[in-house]
Amino acid sequence: MIPASFDYFAPKSVAEAVSLLQQHGEDAKILAGGHSLLPAMKLRLAQPTTLIDISTIAELKGISTSNGLTIGAGTTYHTVATSADVLQHCPVLAECVHQIGDIQVRNRGTVGGAIAHADPAADLPAVVLALNATITVQGPNGNRQINADDLFVSIFTTAVEPGEILTSITFPSLSKGQGAAYAKLRHPASRYAIVGVAAYIKLDGGKVTEARVAVTGAGPMATRETATEAALIGTDGGDAAIAAAAEAAGEEMEYLGDIHASAEYRKAMVKVYTKRAINEALARARA
Amino acid sequence: MTAATTKMVGQALKRREDPKLITGQGNFLDDIKLTGMLHCAVLRSPYAHAKIGKIDTSKAAAYPGVVAVFVGDDMLDINPLPCAWAAGGVKNNLNTPRALASGTVRFVGEPVAVVVAENRYIARDAADLIDVDYEPLSVVVDAKKATQAGAPQLHENAPNNIVMDWECGEKAKTDAAFAAAEVAVKEEIINQRLLPTPMETRGSIARYEPSTGEFTVWMTSQAPHVMRLLLTAFVFGIAEPKLRCISPDIGGGFGQKIFCYNDMVFTMWIARKIGRPVKFVEDRSENYKYSTHGRDHITEAEICGTRDGTITGLRVETYANLGGYLSTIAPGIPTTLYGRIITGVYKIPAAYCHVQGVYTNTAMVDAYRGAGRPEASYLIERMVDRFAAEIGMDPVEVRRKNFIQPDEFPYQNGLGLLPYDSGNYEPALDKALAMAGYADFRKEQAAARAQGKYLGIGISSYVEICGVAPSAWIGAAGQGWGAGLFESANIRVHLTGQVVLTTGSLPHGQGLETTFAQIVADELGIPYESVVVEHSDTAGTPFGYGTYGSRSLAVGGTALYKSTVKIKEKAKKLAAHLLEANPDDIVFEDGKAFVKGSPDQSKSFGDLALQASLAYSLPEGMEPFLDETTYYDPPNCTFPFGTHIAIVEVDANSGHVNLKRYIAVDDCGNQINPLVIQGQIHGGIAQGVAQALYEHGVYDDNGQLVTGTLMDYAIPNAAMLPTFELAHTVTPSPVNPMGVKGAGEAGTIGSAQAVMNAVIDALAPFNIKHMQMPATDERVWRVINNK
Repeated sequence: MIPASFDYFAPKSVAEAVSLLQQHGEDAKILAGGHSLLPAMKLRLAQPTTLIDISTIAELKGISTSNGLTIGAGTTYHTVATSADVLQHCPVLAECVHQIGDIQVRNRGTVGGAIAHADPAADLPAVVLALNATITVQGPNGNRQINADDLFVSIFTTAVEPGEILTSITFPSLSKGQGAAYAKLRHPASRYAIVGVAAYIKLDGGKVTEARVAVTGAGPMATRETATEAALIGTDGGDAAIAAAAEAAGEEMEYLGDIHASAEYRKAMVKVYTKRAINEALARARA
Repeated sequence: MTAATTKMVGQALKRREDPKLITGQGNFLDDIKLTGMLHCAVLRSPYAHAKIGKIDTSKAAAYPGVVAVFVGDDMLDINPLPCAWAAGGVKNNLNTPRALASGTVRFVGEPVAVVVAENRYIARDAADLIDVDYEPLSVVVDAKKATQAGAPQLHENAPNNIVMDWECGEKAKTDAAFAAAEVAVKEEIINQRLLPTPMETRGSIARYEPSTGEFTVWMTSQAPHVMRLLLTAFVFGIAEPKLRCISPDIGGGFGQKIFCYNDMVFTMWIARKIGRPVKFVEDRSENYKYSTHGRDHITEAEICGTRDGTITGLRVETYANLGGYLSTIAPGIPTTLYGRIITGVYKIPAAYCHVQGVYTNTAMVDAYRGAGRPEASYLIERMVDRFAAEIGMDPVEVRRKNFIQPDEFPYQNGLGLLPYDSGNYEPALDKALAMAGYADFRKEQAAARAQGKYLGIGISSYVEICGVAPSAWIGAAGQGWGAGLFESANIRVHLTGQVVLTTGSLPHGQGLETTFAQIVADELGIPYESVVVEHSDTAGTPFGYGTYGSRSLAVGGTALYKSTVKIKEKAKKLAAHLLEANPDDIVFEDGKAFVKGSPDQSKSFGDLALQASLAYSLPEGMEPFLDETTYYDPPNCTFPFGTHIAIVEVDANSGHVNLKRYIAVDDCGNQINPLVIQGQIHGGIAQGVAQALYEHGVYDDNGQLVTGTLMDYAIPNAAMLPTFELAHTVTPSPVNPMGVKGAGEAGTIGSAQAVMNAVIDALAPFNIKHMQMPATDERVWRVINNK
């Protein structure tokens, strides 16, 4: 639990942080809330020679509603979970982050850190996919945006390039007829998702016109369940449709398995929790 | 408050220990910094079983800031750690660890080398620079498999890895009971390995004075006097007074901190070698890999009886995994503290228990909160439910029918234990049933099942052993304990009438400073605030065996009580002298000594303390001061009991168990401080519930601990537990004058089976009769789905 030595920088702006990243290259790691990186360093599973601490950069913090709901990458889970703007515009996001870790984790951990780290068992990636969020990154050549569907590449790997810093995430503002929910089977020790399912549904005239369902925790990275989505679209969202959609979930997925949850169990739970998420999302869309 | 009118005993006082501990003012081992102190990092074996070849420490030794690097062969001038409790009456194939491994490593995490450096970071960095050649050997982690032909052998003197082959009860009579029985049920009962997880990990700081040859060791120990004895007489071969042991504030122990550990030894050895103080503190990963684990039994249990619900026999065959070596009291736990109480609260005419202690390539297993009794109570309470299900009888009625009756105490259970001191089991059961609403629960359960909701109720009626004694019984000739087991208390009455009591027990969460002060305040009739409690330092406290086995109050508290009796006797003699009265006419009440019938002719305790200290006018032959010391060796153990009830709801889709309610009715005899007792019961239940639902220390087939971090090993937090509903009955112990029994472990001993019985009751519609702990979501889902 004693990390190896490292150099430490605390830049005051994203531009300065990007320049430090360029300077120190592959041996540098971005430190945000530190709840994934520091434990890995204490176990010496990670031994970066340079830490660039972005947790004091003011421009990375905050929540704005000018265009959808934009969350600064450095905003803590606790801030998101208790934000009136989040609860009004995108309550599923608060529902999700409220289930992350424990109070200590939520006070330090950041939304941007969780997404950039792309832990296969993290909660937020499922909501990012289901709500089709947009990610903004800043690099040496300025800003660019990444669509949710292009973001998660493989285990612990995203489309954010090595020289770039994730700066914000924009979620849609949900309105009447739209509902979303996150249902989670929690690991009792780590409190990560063994299976986490986020569902977004839009109803129009009693019919499902849009559906996006994403699963995290069960496999190497968060993925959308397109068969489940297809099984919902065009239906009335009745019990039979939900059952068929849930049954279609997780059929194509590559599963992780360990002493806490086997691949077989995770596959079964993807269906169970998909059903729960869809049920709740539909109830909210109808409300 | 007026000392004369307000009794302190029985009051739910807040613990006087807490203000400093909860405001960050505690002084824990890692808070201690000595001038010139060096820091250690330990290199541990990555293999579960291997021969150690060449060790190259040259790069580590040359690392800037490193003072020295030592390996096991450097320390062969001192003895291995001792084992102080062999299984009684049988041959024990003893193998104990050295401070650092020499020749062979037998579990992952066994220390191989230690780096001593100017700070902890340097020491840790340098440990990575040590090269060790290992020749891996084959591995066995399962106790039952380790005894089978062809299994890897850990120690030359332990064929088939067997530490000891021990039995209690009557085999032939039990076999006959089974042969004649109407109904018999057999079940494999696994009590899984647990990782104790005190909030503070363990460590040691050693200082050596070359001019006098004296050591001081600060240690996270529940038993500093015993450590002094073991380290001097057994490990170093030096005079016992040359070592002073100090336990600073301790952040939980649960048994793990009773034992003699390698870091106590190597810090002493290095401090003497180098001449500077040396500190070692485990990190959490090291605590999980090296400090002792608990439980880990594989048992085949059989129960038999008649169709009307009378239990006639119990037969138990247990493999107890003791790890790669024996920890300090390991063999005593699955024998005296398990086998001898296997029949629990029931009058079972024929019982037999056979236990084999087994070496495996895992961390050492020793006492963990409850120590043997949780394994026993889990087993009997699961088997009673299993028997009730088999004959289609309400498990409550089976319990009632077989309880030892109140007029049958002292009760001899036929398993080689001293007689149960007192008990009245049915009122505790009835109270718990009333609190749970048992009469209506079955209707509620049936209605819920009709809606696809699976409710279950689980009952656990337990009895346990506290204040283990007397020395002549537990000692080497009988039960194999290698010492005595009395306790001590000294009371010094200062000139000002203030009282300082020193005890050989010590608190690490039990609230002894509070409880002990309450007793003395009442007995001497002085303000609670006038009583100071000192402990935990072998310099300044009388010899005591330490705090474990829920013994501090029943044994140490009684020593204290007896010291107050002696003080009052002396005070009465002094009062008679000063009042010019006959000593036989003096009574001592409410802090005053007075002539019987004339309370106005009195001397207060403060007056008497002053006069005893000034010594201007003492009776002929009386020594100054009122101080007294008592060493108390009880005539018997005490046997607390109670009934716990859990109500759960199982989500049949996911297998998730929701613990909805938890009711506990405990009887620990007379209560000194109900709030302290409730705190102990709360923590104990949390640990028992966690065994039932969450905790499991898992080794893979290569002997790697796969639950080696808190990300993998699930300890409970408040959000995972319901509000506990507590009540009690009071059946005083006849063993000691205060009628107290002990409450430190009862919560753990009563709880795991309450939860498991509830889970299995909930799963009855799926025709499930038993499942192993912990009832994790996946395991429950598997039994429901027959996978």
